[in-house]
Amino acid sequence: MNTFEVELTPAVYLDLALLTMLVLVAIAMLRSRHLFAVVMLSGIYSLLSAAFFVSLDAVDVAFTEAAVGAGVSTVLMLGGMLLTARREKPVTPGRAPTALFVVLAAGAALIYATIDMPAFGDPNAPANSAVGQDYVEQTPNDIAVPNIVTAVLASYRGFDTLGEVMVIFTAGVAVMLLLGAGSVRGGREVSDVDAEKDENA
Amino acid sequence: MFAAAIAAVIAAMVLALVRAFAGPSLYDRVLAGNSFGTKTVLLIGLMGFITGRPDFLDIALLYALINFTATLAILRFFSYRRPKAAPAEPAAEARADPSDADKEPAA
Repeated sequence: MNTFEVELTPAVYLDLALLTMLVLVAIAMLRSRHLFAVVMLSGIYSLLSAAFFVSLDAVDVAFTEAAVGAGVSTVLMLGGMLLTARREKPVTPGRAPTALFVVLAAGAALIYATIDMPAFGDPNAPANSAVGQDYVEQTPNDIAVPNIVTAVLASYRGFDTLGEVMVIFTAGVAVMLLLGAGSVRGGREVSDVDAEKDENA
Repeated sequence: MFAAAIAAVIAAMVLALVRAFAGPSLYDRVLAGNSFGTKTVLLIGLMGFITGRPDFLDIALLYALINFTATLAILRFFSYRRPKAAPAEPAAEARADPSDADKEPAA
């Protein structure tokens, strides 16, 4: 089995920095019990993953992530949060070990599976050699779209994307029905005193 | 030069993250999210220039629009009330900003 060494270019360091920040934000979201902070952090998480997608050259996926993740879903989660409490209830300690065991087992299995994966950027990897190679070669002749990911999403898999759009639209309508029009319009009285009390509690 | 600029933007992103993690009040976190979005815009523009594709700048501009709209949408949820300790306003219901007066009172 031939090996492929990853070259440590500045782009790799950039990806590493972005992924490290993603992990940090995810841990902070897990640890925070202040729901508004979690909503804001999830917006930051979306922006970070959008930047990471741009660095992977998947520009349209990044754009969807920024519009849906950082824009729409932040507002929807705020609307949902205003219907419930401002703080998350503490987790029952008795139920934690089982969940921790399941998560650790699944994570270990996934990490074990990555050992079989080809190295990052390996030109001999199946994703880069078989069908992917055809797409890279044929797309400029088939469709005059410079970005291959866009061409695959919007043209080769056009019907699939249309179905996805319908699913997302239905989900959005359902969420709007659940939250009600008032939650979007109204807003709730908030002051810094409450926030500090929440933090100190 | 672009690599140095990217490193600087990453450092600024980390600082905004610290504020988002620590920030005691809601508005610290809104501001951290907004400035993080601005850093993302800068980062994407720089990534476009460092890879020799300045067309990324258009995408960065669209991100700036999304970021602006999202921050407005988030702030729309909160009508700001001055803390009761403020001496100038005797009424507890008093709004800090008179432009908020056209909003309907929250439930």
